[in-house]
Amino acid sequence: MLYLNIILAGLLTGAVYALMAFGLSVIYGVIRIVNFAHGEMMVIGMFAAFALYRWLHLDPIAAMPLVAAVLFLAGYALQRSLINRFVTQPEPIQFLLMIALAMVLTSTMLIVFGPNAHNVQLDYAFDSYEVGGLLFDKVRVFAAAGALVGAALLWGFFQFTRTGKAIRACADNNLGAQVVGLDVARLYGITFGLGVACVGAAGSLMLLLVDVQPYLATDYTLLAFIIVILGGLGRIGGALLGGLLVGVSEALSGFFIDPSMKSMFSYGLLILVLLLRPQGLLGRRA
Amino acid sequence: MATHKPQTLSRRRVLHAAAVGGIVLGSPAVLRLARAAEPLKIGVLLPRSGFFATAGQACQRGCDLAAQILNAQGYSVQLMNADFESSADIARTQAEKLIREGANILIGCFESGATNAMAQVCEQRGIPCIVNIGADPKITEQGYKFLFRNFPTSPMLVTNGLKAMGDLFAASGTTPKTAVLMHANDTFGQSMLGAITALGPKVGLPFTIVDTIAYDPKARDLSIEVTKAKAAHADLHMVVTRSTDAILMIREMVKQKYEPMGIVSPGSPGMYDGQFFKTLGKYSDYCITNIAWMNPKQELENMLAAEYAKAYPNEDYELNIGFSFEAILIAADAHKRAGATASSALVEALRATNIGKRVMIGGAIKFDEKGQNVDQAVAAVQNRDGKAVVILPTDVAVTKPVFPMPGWQQRT
Amino acid sequence: MRLSRGIVALALFFVAMAAAPLFLGDYPLAILILVLFAAYLGQAWNIMMGFAGLLSLGHALYYGLGAYLSAALFAHYGISPWLGMLAGIAAAVATGSAVGALSFRFRVGGVYFALLTIAFSEFTRILFDHLHWFGSSSGLFLPVTGRAGADLVSLRGPTVMFYYLLLAATAAVLLLSRILLDRRIGYYWRAIREDEEAAQASGIDVFRYKLAAVALSAGLTAIAGVFHAFYYNNLYPETIFAMGRSIELMLPAIIGGLGTLFGPILGAFVLVGISEGLTSLTAGLGIDGLKQLLYGLVLGLVVTLQPGGLWPWIALRLGLRGAMR
Repeated sequence: MLYLNIILAGLLTGAVYALMAFGLSVIYGVIRIVNFAHGEMMVIGMFAAFALYRWLHLDPIAAMPLVAAVLFLAGYALQRSLINRFVTQPEPIQFLLMIALAMVLTSTMLIVFGPNAHNVQLDYAFDSYEVGGLLFDKVRVFAAAGALVGAALLWGFFQFTRTGKAIRACADNNLGAQVVGLDVARLYGITFGLGVACVGAAGSLMLLLVDVQPYLATDYTLLAFIIVILGGLGRIGGALLGGLLVGVSEALSGFFIDPSMKSMFSYGLLILVLLLRPQGLLGRRA
Repeated sequence: MATHKPQTLSRRRVLHAAAVGGIVLGSPAVLRLARAAEPLKIGVLLPRSGFFATAGQACQRGCDLAAQILNAQGYSVQLMNADFESSADIARTQAEKLIREGANILIGCFESGATNAMAQVCEQRGIPCIVNIGADPKITEQGYKFLFRNFPTSPMLVTNGLKAMGDLFAASGTTPKTAVLMHANDTFGQSMLGAITALGPKVGLPFTIVDTIAYDPKARDLSIEVTKAKAAHADLHMVVTRSTDAILMIREMVKQKYEPMGIVSPGSPGMYDGQFFKTLGKYSDYCITNIAWMNPKQELENMLAAEYAKAYPNEDYELNIGFSFEAILIAADAHKRAGATASSALVEALRATNIGKRVMIGGAIKFDEKGQNVDQAVAAVQNRDGKAVVILPTDVAVTKPVFPMPGWQQRT
Repeated sequence: MRLSRGIVALALFFVAMAAAPLFLGDYPLAILILVLFAAYLGQAWNIMMGFAGLLSLGHALYYGLGAYLSAALFAHYGISPWLGMLAGIAAAVATGSAVGALSFRFRVGGVYFALLTIAFSEFTRILFDHLHWFGSSSGLFLPVTGRAGADLVSLRGPTVMFYYLLLAATAAVLLLSRILLDRRIGYYWRAIREDEEAAQASGIDVFRYKLAAVALSAGLTAIAGVFHAFYYNNLYPETIFAMGRSIELMLPAIIGGLGTLFGPILGAFVLVGISEGLTSLTAGLGIDGLKQLLYGLVLGLVVTLQPGGLWPWIALRLGLRGAMR
């Protein structure tokens, strides 16, 4: 029963990790830009949800669509004005731009919100259900459910809408998409906006679990990378699988070996997957 | 929010206070101070941005207030502030810069890598430095001749912290048989762990430590760690936390219905932070931290507490403030006695330091040949109704300890 | 080599740098040491990315191996840092080669290769947090007492000693890079960088030359790690193997101009100059974080205006066409 509980905790945490990683996966899958400011964008989502809670007493779960919408617009504007110029630049140049962006975002948050940690006080924050000896943490169940809904919405968007299909066409064959007259720049803008919206939504949910302060970001960026690589860059199902995998592997290694070494096992897993199956567990060979 | 606002305010206050101080200086009663006409330039080196920004900005507030309060009392100090962005490499160049711009003494740095960088620059340039916060015992074992530390080392923290635990059990009449130790795996956590393992048997711990759980200080989630601790079925939950990890831990303990006899830290931050109380509400109560703490029976402390509440009503009043205040006090006091800003005179005066009227609990501030203040006492503070209050030693206690703590569901 | 304008300018530059400590105080010297660390590391990193087109985001790994091995050997057994440096280089070259060989063998390229280098570096950071021989997370300290004058054998000495060591190392790597680029290996590297498949097709042993770039770059990076250990005298896995260090280390080469010889050196001057300038500029304002905000903005601006780097742009204006590469 103890082991089942550990695996369950890992799965629930993993689902939240997955939600955070979707955005990274979507952006890389289409635009081929590695978003090294990913964690910073999530922290912005957390701060946005925190601000809404502070001023309007909005539950972060209710604030999620609002935060996502605002960040979609911000992401769209950012891509069209700045990032689009770098789409054709070599990777290190793109990388440097994202690092500069990350610095600007983090220090802006430090100046605006100060260095102290903030969080929301909800009456259900400490609740947990007990079903037949299994312990379900209420907040994590909500967050995991939110992650699954997010994944379903994204999948539906790419599968059934005109814009979604057009974006997939861009990702599969950029030149072909241009030839048939798709407005690639606009589609890239939408994609980037969607990616950022995903991270923002994840940030809102994350606020239920973690206190927000400006310097959280780097670790989350790296974690998101591990997850999307494990599952396969550019694949939504892959990010979900990667998240669950990392959640469970951290839980098990933390319990059986040494909690302070658990991220080491995630990196070990990443190395193995990169070497043996670089396209990710669910990815196709390019 | 908008943290820079109170700072500018305080800077104006400092100027005002400096002017008042000037008038006091001119009066005959303190005429002998006039020898030290030249104010002491103190270089304050802190991580005001970057990973340690929370603590760095808190220390800065303590230093700013110290300059204001002490100048009004006839001391004469002038602060030169530098931010090392939580990077030891930058700390080194900033230390050089402060000295070049005329700092007579340096104070810092909260973080041990940066403290070493500062100490080395000071050693090479023959300028004294005072460590405001920093528990790593190695800092005073390096043989620095110009370094002075008021903060207790981790062995001191642990020795006194474990003794305080014994007193606690005696006072409450309940003694746990077993304990589990959960600690952050970083510089501080490691040195505390080392001290606990080495000193535990010597102090005569009444309980045995059945499991030790190290966790990543930047942990995003402590559910597994707490599951593991719960599985050890120990009476006492001992912790070495850093800051927000303490919140993650308690939250998990509540959710997993893990109810040990008590949650005690033998000397670490986290459980007395304002954020801890705000986030956890009733669940923050009854946690006990054995740590150097402000002494409410000292006149200077009352003055500091009152001024702090006035200047920074929204910020925590905790030991970073107290120790940073004392660091400035030590420098100002040495300057006053030396009557000069020359390094040799300052160092000589620092060695002869003997300050009884201080802020923190403990004997008079005095330094041994390694530059360490050895008589730094440790108090037990317990969280009660959303505030950290002193419960031991009895001569400074504000209230009596509650141990074992009531269960999570029995709180209202 | 013909005595071109570029060579004369370079000679003047190094003479000026060599004379600098005679006129400068300790603070400017400490700044110049930061510049030289950045320049040297930028050059070492540039060999992989700029010459052979291999993006490493985990160079802190090699830096840390050099620093930790030499420091631990000195602290535990009193072994001279120069011997420790050999051990550090050996470890870095071996690790780099292993990372490279595995990646190239399994055909991990592009962004995936970059992420693999991060993974190895972070893995090692957490590993060192748990290795007690290296001080684990509580840090490894070198004794700093009894320092009378410069002791070159055990690298105990004043700031100026490290200054000249780093200056010499920077000049040496510049010369080495120049020589290698003119040799066959340099042409092969650039062929691989431009089009790996074409290079393979034209009979270049791609695997071998890519591995050579990684090994050389890793070994050179480890040397800087040794200087770091003996200059700062204390090491923590959190700061030595930090992701931030890997990032910082590559900025000079990108800002200066990828694949150029003088770019990393120029980039180091520009970056440290901007950083110190902004620190002084914002010091009196009391807004914590403003410096990093402006620093990020300037970085973004530079890379937006001159994505090809500053050195090609300046070299063109100075009429140093030959030195552009």
